[in-house]
Amino acid sequence: MLEDYEITIGLEVHAQLATNTKIFCGCKNEFGAEPNTHTCPVCLGLPGTLPVLNEQAVEYIIKAGLALDCEIATFSKFDRKNYFYPDLPKAYQISQFDLPFCEAGEIDIQVDDEDHEIGITRIHLEEDAGKLTHAGDISNADSSLVDYNRVGTPLIEIVSEPDMKSPQQAVAYLKKLKSILEYIGVSDCEMSEGSLRADANLSIAPNGSEELGTKTELKNMNSFKAIEKALTYEAKRQEKLLDKGEEIVQGTRTWDDEAGKTLALREKEEAHDYRYFPEPDLVPVIVKDSWIKGIKNTIPALPDERKEQYVEEFGIPEYDAEVITADRELADFFEAVVAKFDDAKEVSNWVMGEFSRLLNENEVTPANVEFAPADLAKLLEMKEEDVISSKIAKKVFEKMFNTGQDPETIVEEEGLKQISDSSELEEIVEGVLEDNQSAVEDYKGGNKNVIGFFVGQTMQATQGKANPQKVKELLREKLEE
Amino acid sequence: MKLDQETVERVAHLARLEIDEEEKETFTHQLSDILDHAEKLNELDTEDVEPMAHATDVNNVLRSDDVKESLDQDEAVANAPDEEEGMFKVPQIVE
Amino acid sequence: MELYQLPAHELHEKLLAGEVSAVEITEAVYDRIEEVEDNVQAYLNLMKEEAIEQAKKVDQKLADGEDINPLAGIPVALKDNLSTEGIETTCASKILEGYQPPYNATVVEKLAAEDVVMTGKTNMDEFAMGSSTENSGIKNTYNPWDINRVPGGSSGGSAAAVAAGEATIALGSDTGGSIRQPAAFCGVVGMKPTYGLVSRYGLVAFASSLDQIGPFAKDVTDCALALNYIAGHDEMDSTSVDREIPDYTANLDGDISGMKIGVPEEYFGEGIDDEVKESVWNAIEQLEELGAEYEEVSLPHTDYGLSAYYLIAPAEASSNLARYDGVRYGHRSNQANGLIEMFKKTRQEGFGDEVKRRIMLGTYALSSGYYDAYYKKAQKVRTLIKEDFDEAFAEYDILISPTTPTTAFEIGDKSNDPLQMYLSDICTIPVNLAGLPALSMPCGVDSNDLPIGLQIIGDHFAEEKILQVAYALEQATDLDAELEL
Repeated sequence: MLEDYEITIGLEVHAQLATNTKIFCGCKNEFGAEPNTHTCPVCLGLPGTLPVLNEQAVEYIIKAGLALDCEIATFSKFDRKNYFYPDLPKAYQISQFDLPFCEAGEIDIQVDDEDHEIGITRIHLEEDAGKLTHAGDISNADSSLVDYNRVGTPLIEIVSEPDMKSPQQAVAYLKKLKSILEYIGVSDCEMSEGSLRADANLSIAPNGSEELGTKTELKNMNSFKAIEKALTYEAKRQEKLLDKGEEIVQGTRTWDDEAGKTLALREKEEAHDYRYFPEPDLVPVIVKDSWIKGIKNTIPALPDERKEQYVEEFGIPEYDAEVITADRELADFFEAVVAKFDDAKEVSNWVMGEFSRLLNENEVTPANVEFAPADLAKLLEMKEEDVISSKIAKKVFEKMFNTGQDPETIVEEEGLKQISDSSELEEIVEGVLEDNQSAVEDYKGGNKNVIGFFVGQTMQATQGKANPQKVKELLREKLEE
Repeated sequence: MKLDQETVERVAHLARLEIDEEEKETFTHQLSDILDHAEKLNELDTEDVEPMAHATDVNNVLRSDDVKESLDQDEAVANAPDEEEGMFKVPQIVE
Repeated sequence: MELYQLPAHELHEKLLAGEVSAVEITEAVYDRIEEVEDNVQAYLNLMKEEAIEQAKKVDQKLADGEDINPLAGIPVALKDNLSTEGIETTCASKILEGYQPPYNATVVEKLAAEDVVMTGKTNMDEFAMGSSTENSGIKNTYNPWDINRVPGGSSGGSAAAVAAGEATIALGSDTGGSIRQPAAFCGVVGMKPTYGLVSRYGLVAFASSLDQIGPFAKDVTDCALALNYIAGHDEMDSTSVDREIPDYTANLDGDISGMKIGVPEEYFGEGIDDEVKESVWNAIEQLEELGAEYEEVSLPHTDYGLSAYYLIAPAEASSNLARYDGVRYGHRSNQANGLIEMFKKTRQEGFGDEVKRRIMLGTYALSSGYYDAYYKKAQKVRTLIKEDFDEAFAEYDILISPTTPTTAFEIGDKSNDPLQMYLSDICTIPVNLAGLPALSMPCGVDSNDLPIGLQIIGDHFAEEKILQVAYALEQATDLDAELEL
């Protein structure tokens, strides 16, 4: 991307775990409730309260570690990370410092048909903080309000090696990571709700240089698009500075999506003296092989494995397989349709085309659509058997999507069956020719392309129900007479 | 181990404690005394000694992922020095 | 004997026999409070109304012919660092003024389940940091044996209340000696159980890896009885140990023949008052007469305990006390401009000097560049101290030492010299570092007629043995002195 420099990117990703309860107390782990209604003495950090570790959170981090090819620590413990902020009720975050649950994993990504292996340094378990809102406008607010519902939500922090060489690779890594976490069901990875959050470290160095450049840390990127834009902006910003002979200032920068810029955050003087020490209120966790084995058994086929299967068994193109398997729900949906309708390529076209378009427009996920996968299979069958035209099929599909009605009922009720009957079509075609005598003259004069116009007119006259193949045949017959 | 006032200031800021000039002086003096006493530990060779973080050797204390009752909103904020709309109100964060 | 002077086990018998009602007992104790509290100042907060209600319930049960528990209707005082639902819990700190917890500490729940009559919240050194209760952010408490002297600390209010007859039993907490030292100064029995035996849930933390709740009692039997009802696993405390709890009163028969006692020589060294040494040695000889054997033993790392403790405890405290920031409960400065200043001024106004000193010390010990030299080093020394005890307990059933270097000192004597004050805990601190159980009981008086405390230390979960020896010694000892009150 930059001519004279090589980019180095590392990512720190926080994913909220989809447990029923918080990490250290029995309060509901749920987004969107009334402020401070999912709190108790423990997560409010009231004097005298103590944390007790949620077993499910431990299983989820081990599951994530296994899915990301990590080594699972046999002995793990928690530490306190001390800092003052109103969203942190104990003024320390229970996290893991030197003995995290998972280390040394990797994710394989593909960018521009090249394979890259991105290392994962570590994954540790910690608690989330609360939420601050500013009363009024942030610039002139004289106070903030704190809601502790989110405090104590279990988080895993996944720290990558600085192995990514472009913003595109960083996005590919994040997408793959998201897809794996969704596959194994440990997080719902909703970036818009903050359940998946990524911070990035980026530095550039002259091509061929042995040493890395000074890095900056980027925060506040809330979508894949924002991440790609922010990293691209930051790489170019650093390039400009170096070209001018200036130095990069190490520090934290925030992405301003509207302005399309990264901005320096003012650093606190004592930056990062977190005074970590072992959490005396929690005891160590010893992870035995049998426990790991049990968790391993609950891990489903992951995207890469599934992708391979799609190419080999279903014979769909690698690109299609990649797109579909990236989303577990989409892949599940695809497989359910293919089970009933065996032209997998046709199914993949629909899943990647119309279906994905409607999902996006309506902001729903494949598992939450109104109709059953079998209905799509039925629709495709009707189309294959020429009961409906492909144009009508799209119309029916949209209706299925919006109402959940099955395709046969829709076609029946709305009289959408394709007109393939020659005598019926002949009459319509003749009418069209009659109404467009001058075009008929054109055709006869040698402009054969006009036939497209006649087909269009005929389709219009039948509200798309005519079988276009048949219409074309009939037109030729009539015009050549 | 003599602490200087600058260190005392830095530590006070880390601990979010405002201290006046007099306290700065007393703390510098008293903390130095205590740390001098702590120097005694250096008489011991602890190279191969494991640090002890817990007084018992209990491991793997885990809780099942079952929802328990939370406090009501008004109970949660009952002790708040300042509160608004069921939330804790704090002075501006922007400095 | 007056009702307020009687131990719980005798009151229980009187209740069962119908000689006295629970309300009478409770009223006797409140009358006594009325009489002496001006001089003692043991309580921060009295719960008389609730107490009388509770006593009435016990009387009703008796009237209905229901069984009652051995502690039912017994007046018990609570140190003010035990969380009590709806009742102000301040740790004697201005920073928690007005704070009413929405929950009860596990021990409070347990006592409530026994129909115990809770009399009130007792004074203490602020956040349990101190050895004289002079660090209370609210007021001083005075030693019932000599009101010019301190009751010890940090559980000074609880110790003084039991000594003065203002409660039959009291609960305290012990991080470096905060039960045993005031028990010694006030001439009562006080026990710090094995770390993990009693749930810490609801005990406002000072140093989490050292804190433990324990009882103050008028005699060893009451101490065992109280332990019966506060010990036990709690799923709200991850460090609480899941094990069978015996009946601690079962072996109180005075038979200690064949018991092997170790006498750690380091606990009788320089700085220990001669009268104290003599009194403790007399007790040891008495135990020998009762059939025990004793030998001197060395715990070579004892001298390092104090230094290790004064790094570990403040480090944990600096983190535990960071939550008092004026956001969610307690005091908030109204002098502040902006958030950071609000934090700093709130803590400046709310905390007393000793608390600030320890927060500073602990913050420093954990800060970048000093962690290994101070905190980690101290944790390693902690291991060495524990190993000393492990070796000793491979050989001996229990260890006996003085509880404190001196008897109760005068108010103001040490309050300006933190290090001198810290030295009054040298005999008790190693026990907390190792997580062991230990009991302090009176073994005599000095020339000023002030009680002298003897400490019995046991191996992890050897509370039964400790109580057995304590009981035997108690039967053979007669404290020939009277309260000044």
